[in-house]
Amino acid sequence: MSLIHLEKVTRRYQMGGETIHALREVSFTIARGEYVAIMGPSGSGKSTLMNIIGCLDTATSGTYVLNDVNVSEMDDNQLAEVRNKEIGFVFQTFNLLPRANAFHNVELPLIYAGISAEERRRVTVEALTSVGLADRMTHKPNEMSGGQRQRVAVARALVNHPSILLADEPTGNLDTKTGEEIMGVFEELSRQGNTIILVTHEEDIARHARRIVRIRDGLIASDEARR
Amino acid sequence: MTAPATQPRVVRRYPGSLLLAEIKESFFMAMGALAAHKLRSALTLLGVLVGVFSIIVVMTAMRVLQRNIENDLSRLGSQTFQIRKWPAVYFGGPEGFEKFWRRKNITLAQGRAVMDKATLALNVGLESNFWSGEVSSRYDKSPPNVGLIGATPGGFPARNWIIGEGRGLNDTDVDSAKDVCILGYRLATLLFPLGSALGERVKIDGINYTVIGVLEEKGAALGGDQDNFAVIPLTTGLNRYGAIWRSLSILVQARDQAAYDDTVEQVRGILRAIRKVQPGAEDDFEVFSNDSLIEQFKNFTFTVRIGVAVISSIALVAAGIGIMNIMLVSVTERTREIGIRRAIGAKKRNIMTQFIMEAIVLCEVGGAIGVALGIAGGNLTAYFFEVPPVIPLDWVMIGLLICSVVGIVFGTYPAFKAANLDPIDSLRYE
Ligand SMILES: Nc1ncnc2c1ncn2[C@@H]1O[C@H](COP(=O)(O)OP(=O)(O)OP(=O)(O)O)[C@@H](O)[C@H]1O
Ligand SMILES: [Mg+2]
Repeated sequence: MSLIHLEKVTRRYQMGGETIHALREVSFTIARGEYVAIMGPSGSGKSTLMNIIGCLDTATSGTYVLNDVNVSEMDDNQLAEVRNKEIGFVFQTFNLLPRANAFHNVELPLIYAGISAEERRRVTVEALTSVGLADRMTHKPNEMSGGQRQRVAVARALVNHPSILLADEPTGNLDTKTGEEIMGVFEELSRQGNTIILVTHEEDIARHARRIVRIRDGLIASDEARR
Repeated sequence: MTAPATQPRVVRRYPGSLLLAEIKESFFMAMGALAAHKLRSALTLLGVLVGVFSIIVVMTAMRVLQRNIENDLSRLGSQTFQIRKWPAVYFGGPEGFEKFWRRKNITLAQGRAVMDKATLALNVGLESNFWSGEVSSRYDKSPPNVGLIGATPGGFPARNWIIGEGRGLNDTDVDSAKDVCILGYRLATLLFPLGSALGERVKIDGINYTVIGVLEEKGAALGGDQDNFAVIPLTTGLNRYGAIWRSLSILVQARDQAAYDDTVEQVRGILRAIRKVQPGAEDDFEVFSNDSLIEQFKNFTFTVRIGVAVISSIALVAAGIGIMNIMLVSVTERTREIGIRRAIGAKKRNIMTQFIMEAIVLCEVGGAIGVALGIAGGNLTAYFFEVPPVIPLDWVMIGLLICSVVGIVFGTYPAFKAANLDPIDSLRYE
């Protein structure tokens, strides 16, 4: 049964008089529990695709069905709710709130989910512990290493138990060793049954996934399962 | 191909906890923003501070003055009014002042005429303040702020002076201008700490007086110096301090509330006749009672209140524009934060709430400081009049409420801007 289903999804940008086709009638399906890497040259439309899957952006045309719900017809509030409950984002630049400590950064999605304070505390501690940061809860982002920051971001993405984990070049700002560490975390999450979609430039990183989708000029160039 | 929309997953939601967490969240974020830009925030807060300060300081001072006047009034007995050449409170210009200045003095003869002719009155007393300074006994001396009041027997009930020990003044004391005095309770205990003051001598302004009575203690709640005076026969004072330039006050106590208005009219008539006021002309003296004093005070405070309203509104509007400005800057600076919040599930209205809350917190911080300084400043008048300080709780509430309104009014536009930023653009914002 498919978790994500894209049908002829097109995304165009209007730049002055010019029309940029970031995605051209992209169709594919991802099942629950898959671990997919999306690859492609710069400007090929990877981030655009991730943003649409993550409900941050909406397609110019085509349909997107997530968890049997047609997302393309949702309004702003409904999309926010889907992002909150179904999607966990991990970004290249971490995107943590600079003035908030690790605990608060991870707690934030739970606040918007309207969860009671004591449950928030319990779940947040659990998430931070699962990424090995139980002893860094009161640290602010600028008091942590890049790898630790990214782990806070992963904990934040997981804290609401989303259906999908979306990671747009999560190792792009990390050195190889720390990058591998983060990939280890993803590996473990995948083993636990989480659905993961990962954008990357690096073949080494993509090798962790069990399916690789290659994009070129807004079109799917290849889509193959590894081994 | 459209899949059938299924029911969304059932999630336990606590709308109350969301709002509470949002308020808490916004509060800490706002305090963080304040701390991060101390100077900028301080300048912005200054406007709100001044606006609220001006409201609270004046309202506190007004209340202190009102307390003070009510305190004065409570010294009069029930159904008592007072007649003087000068008004009790005058808030007009110099031209009115000249009018009072030209009035003839109220003399002892006029006072005695009223005493004889005012048939409706229960008591008529004449009174004058002669001096104030240090009073000493053979044991101790007082601070130099004791009032020396000349009075007649009728003044005692009208003033609500009750004899605790010894006796009050009688007609003989007044007629033969005896050197006797009655002490206020506090003064008596101060000068004669060991035993009774009766029959003892006290020295007031260089002259010895025999103490014939001590008054009962007045309610201490209304201020400290109600008992800090000495009473001598009016005639004794007039002989010693001179009668020529002196205008007496007349205290009249009506028999009961029903007879009060008639008594006022009768006394006015008597005085107009003996002071030869033309029919149709204005009285050349002031009659005041508790009610008329309070009325006068209210008229005065109304004017002041309008002035304060104008000044503080200007300050608050200026402050509001400052708040709006700082909030707009803050929205730009925190574009990325807004993007992050939207990406993890904040709705537009969550962002809106956050920024409006921040504006309110900002205003309330300024407002709270303004309230504190205003209460302190306003109570300087209390210190000056030696009455207990007041905290005008209703105005504190109003002041803080106004702050919130300013925050909401001027925070809405920046908050609206923040809420409507595009999530993807804001996430990319450097
Ligand atoms: N907001 C926008 N306005 C106009 N054009 C845009 C916008 N966002 C993306 N594009 C264009 O859409 C195309 C796809 O962009 P996208 O960010 O998806 O690329 P990408 O594959 O993620 O590249 P990279 O590997 O460099 O991150 C690019 O040509 C880009 O210029
Ligand atoms: Mg990209």
